[in-house]
Amino acid sequence: MRFLPGLLVLLLAACGGDSSEIGTPAAPRLPQPVEVALDEQGRPLPDLLADEQVVHRGNGEEPQTLDPHLAEGVPSANILRDLFEGLTTTTPDGRIVPGAAAHWDISRDGLVYTFYLDPDGRWSNGDPVTAEDFVWSWRRVVDPASGAAYGRMLAPVANAEEIFAGRLPVEELGVAALSPTSFQVRLNDPTPYFLGLLTHPTTYPVHRPSFEAHGSAHVRPGNLVSNGAFRLLDWQVRSRIELEKNAHYRAADRVIVERVVLYPFEDENTEFNRFRAGDLHWTYQVPNSQFRWLERNMAEALVVAPWFGTYFFSFNLTRPPFRDNLPLRQALNLAIDREIITERVTRFGEIPTFNLIPPGLPDYESPVPEQAAWTQEQRQAEALRLYRQSGYSEDEPLTVELRYNTSENHRKIAVAMAAMWKEVLGVRTRLINEEFRVFLQNRAQRRVTEVFRAGWIGDYQDAFTFLELFHSGHGRNDAGYDNPRFDRLLERISAERIPSRRRNLMAEAERILLADQIVLPVYVYVSKRLVDPRLRGWDDNIMDYHLSQHMYLLRERDPATSLPVTGED
Amino acid sequence: MLKYSLKRLLSAIPTLFLLITFAFFLIRIAPGGPFDSERALPADIEANLEAKYHLDEALPLQYLRYLWQIARLDLGPSFHYLDWTVNDLIIQGAPVSFTLGGLALLLALAIGVPIGAWAALRQNRAADYSVMSIAMIGISIPNFVMAPLLILLFAITLGWLPAGGWAYTPSRMALPVLTLALPMIAYIARITRGAMIEVLRSSFIRTARAKGMPEKTILFQHALKPALLPVISYLGPAAAAILTGSVVVERIFTIPGIGSYFVQGALNRDYTLVMGVVILYGILIIFFNFMVDLIYAWLDPRIRYDEQEI
Repeated sequence: MRFLPGLLVLLLAACGGDSSEIGTPAAPRLPQPVEVALDEQGRPLPDLLADEQVVHRGNGEEPQTLDPHLAEGVPSANILRDLFEGLTTTTPDGRIVPGAAAHWDISRDGLVYTFYLDPDGRWSNGDPVTAEDFVWSWRRVVDPASGAAYGRMLAPVANAEEIFAGRLPVEELGVAALSPTSFQVRLNDPTPYFLGLLTHPTTYPVHRPSFEAHGSAHVRPGNLVSNGAFRLLDWQVRSRIELEKNAHYRAADRVIVERVVLYPFEDENTEFNRFRAGDLHWTYQVPNSQFRWLERNMAEALVVAPWFGTYFFSFNLTRPPFRDNLPLRQALNLAIDREIITERVTRFGEIPTFNLIPPGLPDYESPVPEQAAWTQEQRQAEALRLYRQSGYSEDEPLTVELRYNTSENHRKIAVAMAAMWKEVLGVRTRLINEEFRVFLQNRAQRRVTEVFRAGWIGDYQDAFTFLELFHSGHGRNDAGYDNPRFDRLLERISAERIPSRRRNLMAEAERILLADQIVLPVYVYVSKRLVDPRLRGWDDNIMDYHLSQHMYLLRERDPATSLPVTGED
Repeated sequence: MLKYSLKRLLSAIPTLFLLITFAFFLIRIAPGGPFDSERALPADIEANLEAKYHLDEALPLQYLRYLWQIARLDLGPSFHYLDWTVNDLIIQGAPVSFTLGGLALLLALAIGVPIGAWAALRQNRAADYSVMSIAMIGISIPNFVMAPLLILLFAITLGWLPAGGWAYTPSRMALPVLTLALPMIAYIARITRGAMIEVLRSSFIRTARAKGMPEKTILFQHALKPALLPVISYLGPAAAAILTGSVVVERIFTIPGIGSYFVQGALNRDYTLVMGVVILYGILIIFFNFMVDLIYAWLDPRIRYDEQEI
């Protein structure tokens, strides 16, 4: 039995999150790049580039589909942004710039957009990208028969709502091909974020002849014809997706990466191991439990940046105890010490918040509630006062159900919140975790929920993507919020075309939501990943869009001589 | 023998039919549906999707439609992986799982049986105790602990083998096969040892020894065959389980087999995919149990299945 102690140490090392350095070798040495130098156009000098420009990226779960009109979820969108290109696209730092459309005109009332397509725009088989391609594609998106998951992205286009509902034929959609290269869109309301919507995969064109020839198999390797910087080379389900530079792409001469290999992962620790073994340049996420180890040993590869999403909890307003009990909702909100949650539980630099809409939008400033400036002691005192006012006390405590979907992170946060409510107010909390789809159904039905986990990552770069969730008729209004004043405000925001007035209206809407305490915001999400130091050309942006076409791999530097290593890989 | 085989194969049909029926209705009892997501679909689009996949029809009608469909060997479209049919997914994943599982099975037999027999011959001696203690540990360490340990050692510390990913190459297959095989080796060694000890005590072995038969002949020709019977009966269900892939091993090594579909399919409410893998698993179980019975008859002269030979 002499082998037992050694084995136990190994076992313990494998089980205990942060203690995993027991039995692990010293910090792995990441390959170091040469010093980067750019030419006058901001492109890296060719002799600094690695000989092999193949980028290996971890990409979350297996994409559900590569049909841009049917896709939902971040993993699909990441691949589709490489394969296709919308009328607009984004720079590495997230600015919206011309894509398939070289330029555009907007009518004075903000309702008619005319896009002039880049004459060099080509599909990956060499066909020109035409305005007719966009007309056909957008009609397909709003056609109820196609079942486009994100069809609502085109809701601002004239008649889209009626076509979704089957009241008008798809030909009535407000789009037209004025010439082979000019594409016109009519909108219902001036929609200031419309150009931003056009970076979303749902608005991408699909190659009509391929779809008509292959049907739903048009996205398989060999069949898929796309108009982006890359084309689909190979797709092994749940193993890898390989993209190759599209020689016909309108800006192909600016694309440095020759091939992109995307790997699906069902487990973040597996992805982490593959990165450590040097198989990946870019990961989709990092294991939450490894924070300390990463900070100590891989700080130069760890990239954490604010993301356009908020982690919050929401109250069911249609049932007791929260129906018509504003002080109670406020008390529970104030009793939570966000800093403890972000510093002790999530620990990746998440930003504690009292707001619904995350910071970082170029044209919006959230109204910060006054409690944000208080000390936690002040908040707790006020929480206790409100709690008593709401009809509960130490002797007659509130018993509440806190519901979340099964996940280690959600569980830890829920436990911390229950402890804070207990300590500050004496609330008794029952934690209920549910499998994801059961949870979604319960949330939507509002029959059993009390306080529940929610959260939202914005679909487009505008505050409206958060506000519209609380419209009384929205399908994700799981709180059951029904405030005619708020609904009217949303309608006014949609119709408003003067940016400053629209900004004020949106701030007013957020203020109402916060004052009514529909949500209990906890923190602003951060995107977190590991990136090989040799991989450059990307930048942090709140939408977390990272197109492979901007990236490049630098040569490795010899650590002893600081000279480039020749013949690497 | 032929008559028996035919009878067994025919009896498989109602078994499979029951399995399909239970699975079909059970998966649909689960709350939520395949098109639920955090981004709520507009009601009219959801209705269209449901109509497209016939989910709007009455359940009995859906059931009959499904039976008619699988009678034509069509497992239907996947509700989650929209670009593929269930047939596509199984055809892509099954060879991977079969290769891994088959190799693990062979490895487990090749190591487990000799170790077990060897330990039996040294019953209650130090060698026996140490081999069986290691086997006990092998059984008790779950593969979700073993796999990361192997990766840590062989892929990250030593850098000899890849940390995951799939290709039909020995280096990619080594760690997952080893992870799958280790508990089986231990299990098979324990079963073989137990059976061997019992056989070695039986009267026909004593007779053989009394006749002065060489020890080698006694062991290999007379003792080993009956000692393998319990191993064979363990192998039937074990083979079906290991060939349909392991959720844990596939997750940890990122292997595109079909094991994960049991879990992912259920979580995604991908009804057709779950049904597809359940049917495949059912067929394999029935097939391997049948094989076990045939091998029994071949290994043990006392077992005969056809009535006239009793």
